[in-house]
Amino acid sequence: MPLLDRQLVVVTGKGGTGKTSVSAALAVLASRLGKRVLICEMDAKGTLAATFDVGPLPFEPIEVSPGIWAMAMNTEDSLREYLRLFLKIPLIGRLGVLARTFDFVADAAPGVREILSLGKLCYEVRERHYDMVIVDGVATGHVIAQLRAPDAIGELIKVGPVKEQTRWMQDILEDHSRSGVVLVTTPEEMPVLETLDLVGRIRDETNVDIAAVVANRVLPELFGRSEEAVFDALQQPEIVDALRARVGNGVDVVLDGARLAVAMRRGGAAHLEHLRNELPEGTGVVYVPELFSRSTGRRSAELIADALGEELL
Amino acid sequence: MTAGAGQEPVTTPGLDALLASKEMVLVCGSGGVGKTTTAAAIGLQAATELGGRVLVLTVDPARRLADALGLGGVGVGNSEVRVDPARLPNRPQGELWMAMLDTKASWDDLIARHAPDATTREAILANPLYQNITSRFVHSHEYIAMERLHDLHASGRYDLVIVDTPPSRHALDILDAPARMTEFFGSRLLRWLTVPSRSRLLSVASKPFYQVADRILGNNFLQDIAEFFTLFQRMETGFVRRAAETEAMLADVRTTFIVVTTLEAAPVTEARYLLGELTRRQLPLGAVVANRVLPTALCSLDAREAAARLVQDSGEIGAALSGGLGAPAALVSRVLAEVGTRFHDFGVVAARQTERQAELASLCPLVVPVPWMEHEVDDLATLTRIGMSTWGRA
Repeated sequence: MPLLDRQLVVVTGKGGTGKTSVSAALAVLASRLGKRVLICEMDAKGTLAATFDVGPLPFEPIEVSPGIWAMAMNTEDSLREYLRLFLKIPLIGRLGVLARTFDFVADAAPGVREILSLGKLCYEVRERHYDMVIVDGVATGHVIAQLRAPDAIGELIKVGPVKEQTRWMQDILEDHSRSGVVLVTTPEEMPVLETLDLVGRIRDETNVDIAAVVANRVLPELFGRSEEAVFDALQQPEIVDALRARVGNGVDVVLDGARLAVAMRRGGAAHLEHLRNELPEGTGVVYVPELFSRSTGRRSAELIADALGEELL
Repeated sequence: MTAGAGQEPVTTPGLDALLASKEMVLVCGSGGVGKTTTAAAIGLQAATELGGRVLVLTVDPARRLADALGLGGVGVGNSEVRVDPARLPNRPQGELWMAMLDTKASWDDLIARHAPDATTREAILANPLYQNITSRFVHSHEYIAMERLHDLHASGRYDLVIVDTPPSRHALDILDAPARMTEFFGSRLLRWLTVPSRSRLLSVASKPFYQVADRILGNNFLQDIAEFFTLFQRMETGFVRRAAETEAMLADVRTTFIVVTTLEAAPVTEARYLLGELTRRQLPLGAVVANRVLPTALCSLDAREAAARLVQDSGEIGAALSGGLGAPAALVSRVLAEVGTRFHDFGVVAARQTERQAELASLCPLVVPVPWMEHEVDDLATLTRIGMSTWGRA
């Protein structure tokens, strides 16, 4: 199922790989196709708000761009909504004490917090309030717990309304035509190794589909083979002298810069090759080039959306 | 920054003076900025240059880093391991030790130490929720890291202890962990959770909670929680005392915080926030280490002009050099144009980095740049180079 046709996309990746930029770009791309998109920031860091150049995001989604609604997850608000919607408990107002108590219970019981956050988003999918729901910013260390939350709750609680609700969540999450995980990585050693590790764990420990691996900030190839031979030859002292005479003394630094660029590109390419070789068959890798531009903000989301569009559309 | 050839090598201020007078270093920063590597490199450098016994406490070192330090074997666990001096390139004056943080083992250890008697200890360790609770509640991971730091410092075995703080969704949880533990023991919540179940039903305040919780979660679950916390409460005195000691230790003049970042937008935003919070809490902020910094020469006007001319005159220059290189003029021109264009791209990145570094310098008295390195850190030579950079030496 093509990534952009899914209704629930969970975006994860090691810190610093640009998962928020990629999430925002997916939202931009989907909205360009005329979809109504909800994008939810899970880690309360405020990077999603910064990407759309808006202030702190509330729990109630706000339209940040035509067709894109954004919200920040908050388990207390989610609990409030859950109690109101499903258990018909009107607790508006004096939730303070209960919420603090709930914090400790949620810390103790596996999956409680996760089910409230992911549950809210599955609910939005089920009710079809949006065409696509993008979950941004689940840390790699936490995504398995998120995806396994319905299972964990199911094991903990044998009967009752919660048990029922985990069932429909599971149906949505585990339906490969509706939901999937996107793993964002960069062409560096640690992010690639962690991505491969996580791919293995998602496949072993959950029934959730991996929709795509996004390799972000891939450096462009500078030279083909014959060009590289010329570049090497350029660095002979007498050629450098000739260049200096024509373009000035700065040419030494320019050549150093090009060598640096070649080395960076080469290192990255090796890690990407490892990624491709080790990924299970059928897992697509989508490449987003280094844009040499701003790495956050609205403009970056548009540029990454352009790049993703070339690969996905 | 225009040190020409023939001039004295410039020594930029580094971490050496800072660390010479400190006993504890907390290395913090967002994920993916090279925090663990930096902690290890600083430790290596301190052991080499300052001497003494230096311990680096890390959470989860990358496999290759662990291998490089000789810690790749199984069962390092919570124990402290000395890095074989024969592996270290620069004949250290002192000793480098490494330890990992095993949350589970540390909790077991802590329970064993604080439990008033063997029965309580066994009952806690056997509680079905113990493992789950300890791995999650009250920012347990952060709390344990603080505990280990306190322990290691108090043991008197080391001159310098460097902690690679656990990655957390909220980087400052670690600082709040001791206070939260104290608050937790003093909370009404713990009292509700630990009153006998029958009288609990009579408590007006807790009634709505238990009604809702029972409906959602079922009764057994709450009983297990109540039992766990009842046992846990018996250890209050020890926990509260140590939390207070740990908090005092964090603010001590012998402690310093080092914030690690790269000079990309998102990590810098995070670093800025961390620096602000450390200042607000009046914690001893020592330095920022900026990793993967591109050479500032990439921003030089000379070089930018040369690159622009390479692109502009690529046809002409290509034709002129074609003979000497023995390659077709068109091919040479293409290479020259590409070199010039790429230089411009990286120049833009380097210029932004310079700007962000200046911004960090306005928030912290010492910003130490570590250059981008071609090799990833899988050997001690690279680790040593990083360590030297943090010392302000190329």
